[in-house]
Amino acid sequence: MIYTKGKAGKVMNKTIITVVGKDQVGIIAKVCTYLAESKVNILDISQTIVSGYFNMMMVVDTNESPKEFAAVSAELEKLGEEIGVIIKAQREEIFNMMHRI
Amino acid sequence: MINFNEVMETNAMIEQENLDVRTITLGISLLDCIDSNLEELNRKIYEKITKTAEKLVSTGVEIEKDFGIPVVNKRISITPAALVGSAACKTKEDFVEIAKTLDRAAKTVGVNFIGGFSALVSKGMTKADRLLIESIPEALAVTERVCSSINVGSTKTGINMDAVKLLGEIVKDTAEHTKEKDSLGCAKLVIFCNAPDDNPFMAGAFHGVTEADAIINVGVSGPGVVKKALEKARGKDFETLCETIKKTAFKITRVGQLVAKEASKRMNIPFGIVDLSLAPTPAVGDSVAEILQEIGLEYPGAPGTTAALALLNDQVKKGGVMASSYVGGLSGAFIPVSEDQGMIDAVQAGCLTLEKLEAMTCVCSVGLDMIAIPGATSAATISGIIADEMAIGMINQKTTAVRLIPVIGKKVGDIVEFGGLLGYAPVMPVNEFSCEAFVNRGGRIPVPIHSFKN
Repeated sequence: MIYTKGKAGKVMNKTIITVVGKDQVGIIAKVCTYLAESKVNILDISQTIVSGYFNMMMVVDTNESPKEFAAVSAELEKLGEEIGVIIKAQREEIFNMMHRI
Repeated sequence: MINFNEVMETNAMIEQENLDVRTITLGISLLDCIDSNLEELNRKIYEKITKTAEKLVSTGVEIEKDFGIPVVNKRISITPAALVGSAACKTKEDFVEIAKTLDRAAKTVGVNFIGGFSALVSKGMTKADRLLIESIPEALAVTERVCSSINVGSTKTGINMDAVKLLGEIVKDTAEHTKEKDSLGCAKLVIFCNAPDDNPFMAGAFHGVTEADAIINVGVSGPGVVKKALEKARGKDFETLCETIKKTAFKITRVGQLVAKEASKRMNIPFGIVDLSLAPTPAVGDSVAEILQEIGLEYPGAPGTTAALALLNDQVKKGGVMASSYVGGLSGAFIPVSEDQGMIDAVQAGCLTLEKLEAMTCVCSVGLDMIAIPGATSAATISGIIADEMAIGMINQKTTAVRLIPVIGKKVGDIVEFGGLLGYAPVMPVNEFSCEAFVNRGGRIPVPIHSFKN
């Protein structure tokens, strides 16, 4: 696993969250509220709308969260179903491996 | 930091283009289970497999969740059973007992296949080797998850034609034993030349004697991803085509490397190899045949197919080799018929014949794979087809394999359903001129001249 050091010298577990679906009011608010409640720190957000479809990627640190990664991932998926968008949480390594030598 | 487009590209590969890790295969040495008492041997085998593979399935599921990539199969390969059972097995029924034990162990740990009901007889057969081969029809009929493979030739030893003759009969007999299931037993039996010790793909996986006590091998897949990438290279020259395949193969293999390293770490079992194969499934968009079509063929089988497959296979290797620290297994493009919708279509369109498939096996990683032939095909003809394929492997210093299914009661043009990943297949015609006198000669074909490199 690839780790990067966080601010306090602690090992950071970076996770990529992607949200894809039909645009509507409050998607970011709902996702961010859940993350705040779960003590997941957001490091970066990028977001675009492509022909009415909402696309968001977040880089987050799950290190301070009391929840297991699998639980965060499952709860986000459920939240996505409630909002009507697809939310995925994946460890960053898969993207680093594929796109960086 | 990773950017938006890269994340979207990876996820599109997984969600729309069927990128997956085809298998995490745990190789387990059973050499330390050897015992002259059959009951004791079976007990030791069951214990070693269930203990070593205890966390295999759960680890696969964990990895799937963490990285959001499907890990389709979790499997086990073992030391060739002919070696493990040689001291204890006095009859072929004894070997059937070992097969049952393997099946039971596979069910306990929850893997869908266990490979290694095998014998390595490329130069000669021991008594145990022969008994194991003779037990195959029964063993594959009474078990569900056991896979068998026999290595009957190699570039270093020549071809054991006695074994080739025997296996023609065994393939027929296996078909007969499972005739009520469209001769499904034959889908679990592979005959090899130059079989690799670390192949993670079924039905030909076994844990070679050159391997460590336990090892993690991973097989990646992703013909859909290559096909999609090639859509952007339509009409472009061969340089662009080859570069596109190489880059895509690199990305696919990196995922395999990640999963292999993670599985190895989480299970505390050393990482063996990544097998960078393009393995199709019957799902639409997960087809090697569609890649060949995208390269510019109406159907696989058309003139140009062998060249197209050769370049595909070579570029996949070139791209994949740099992506993994250890590459092994079969590594290349698979061209099974029943497991690839595009191949099935090509057969049904009358474009793809057994002879063209044989030519294609000269330049890709495996051989005549998952091909249904008429049930009335003689054992000698099957042996002849095996011998041809083994000769291609021996002379070209590559792995070749035969997995033919003579479907009892079916004739050319009938459709056979195997179900699941094994798919369905139209029964293909076989050249019916006799090769009986050739097959009946007995003995072995000597090792080729280019093996004398010492």
